Amino acid sequence: MKVLVAVKRVIDYNVKVRVKPDNTGVDLANVKMAMNPFCEIAVEEAVRLKEKGVATEIVVVSIGPKAAQEQIRTALALGADRGIHVETDEEVQSLEAAKLLKAVVEKEEPKLVILGKQSIDTDNNQTGQMLAALTGMGQGTFASEVVVEGEKVNVTREVDGGLVTVSLNLPAVVTTDLRLNEPRYASLPNIMKAKKKPLDSMSPADLGVDVAPRLSTLKVEAPASRQAGVKVADVAELVDKLKNEAKVI
Amino acid sequence: MSILVIAEHDNSSLKQATLNVVAAAKAVGGDVDVLVAGENCGAVGEAAAKIEGVNKVLVADNAAYGHFLAENLSLLVSDLGKNYGHIFAAAGTTGKDFMPRVAALLDVAQISDIVRVESEDTFVRPIYAGNAIATVKSSDGIKVVTVRPTAFDPVAGEGGSASVETVDGAQDAGVSSFVSEQLAESDRPDLGSAGIVISGGRGMQNGENFQMLEKVADLLGAAVGASRAAVDAGFVPNDMQVGQTGKIVAPQLYVAVGISGAIQHLAGMSDSKVIVAINKDEEAPIFQVADYGLVADLFEAVPQLEEELKKVL
Repeated sequence: MKVLVAVKRVIDYNVKVRVKPDNTGVDLANVKMAMNPFCEIAVEEAVRLKEKGVATEIVVVSIGPKAAQEQIRTALALGADRGIHVETDEEVQSLEAAKLLKAVVEKEEPKLVILGKQSIDTDNNQTGQMLAALTGMGQGTFASEVVVEGEKVNVTREVDGGLVTVSLNLPAVVTTDLRLNEPRYASLPNIMKAKKKPLDSMSPADLGVDVAPRLSTLKVEAPASRQAGVKVADVAELVDKLKNEAKVI
Repeated sequence: MSILVIAEHDNSSLKQATLNVVAAAKAVGGDVDVLVAGENCGAVGEAAAKIEGVNKVLVADNAAYGHFLAENLSLLVSDLGKNYGHIFAAAGTTGKDFMPRVAALLDVAQISDIVRVESEDTFVRPIYAGNAIATVKSSDGIKVVTVRPTAFDPVAGEGGSASVETVDGAQDAGVSSFVSEQLAESDRPDLGSAGIVISGGRGMQNGENFQMLEKVADLLGAAVGASRAAVDAGFVPNDMQVGQTGKIVAPQLYVAVGISGAIQHLAGMSDSKVIVAINKDEEAPIFQVADYGLVADLFEAVPQLEEELKKVL
């Protein structure tokens, strides 16, 4: 069974985000970039499926600038077999990303497509669902467990009230939540080997997709900061303040 | 153009978040219709008809929608939604699941998790886990939008008298089916909509100690939450997690107990009206956002809090 994993290059999650002074966006100049954490979980899940003998080949795809090849190489070092880079310097929004991925799905015909549930930059939580809609596949979003059985996959999903398990026909789309697995680190020998793994590059035009964005960002601002309040001496003072000053109890 | 709001419910009762989403739709202007899609959900349709300011309620009652499978719901909503200028749903796990699918079927972008309506095509939403706030404008004919419920004051759930229409037929994509669910049972209010939330962090040391918080929560009618550290340490289940990767809450009162205040946690609760922090480390970052800070050992302070509250409540 072939598994396709989509990964995104984003700001490293440890970096403190700063809004540009002209309010046009977030400052990404000279900032450390990395694979989106939810995408790391997607790669790890695919590798575990291969280790279990369920997956036979893992293809990793990323959409973005030339530098996104670093994240593809990272995925190859973690155990993916082959990479596809859809190279563009333009901003690609979720719907257009889903259309590009649909074109890749049509070429590669994977049985399972695994994506992170959202990227930590735009926080949209859309691409996997949109890809599933465009390809007519079932979707197991926010997955905490993925079990492939014959021509079906059972996905346990993290929902607001607890957990829900759904059964999907293959091919299907799965998006990962935090507790699906704990991603491994790439070993040095595997990082070296990853450099020799095949990586194809193509453009959105090669895939016949128009990536012109539908949403325009008018401005980006820093959030209103909260001021520290007062320290209270003891519990009695706290309860008094909550009752008589803040009037919230 | 009118607005279609997709009701959030469990087939028997309407979820509070629907009232917040209707409020967001009202901020756009125009008629607001509400779709209740589910199975044996007639009572929800009746409840939705009583929501203040709703024009019409559509009820699609069929087994295909009983478990809110995104594959089926999105076919229904994209079909009905063609007649509307906007489609709004709560940005809970149900809305996040089916709404992008609706958008893709309509070939439009989705605007996720809005916290403010600027105009009929311009919305404000947090990005980078709330570390930046973006104002975005849509050029699409239909705006598919998910709404962060806590960012909008709810409309009244009573007083309306909308007409109720039945949507016939069922749209079953035939690619997915429900297997099972494990939903947490609790008499306490839902974390996402509670007026008061009391959360514990790694400082609680173990799951049993959360009983101290539960006692206080029951006095206050509060929900109990937890930081990611407490969830990852296995103290409590993950549906209690407040934070960037858990639930976003904005209650009237948020009490953080033994929580240091990692960015990931602050992203989930810093819109609360009043924040109280109880922590023995006076350098803990949580105190930088707390309106009232108490530097104390939680194992002494929380039982005292329970006693003091008994006196005044």
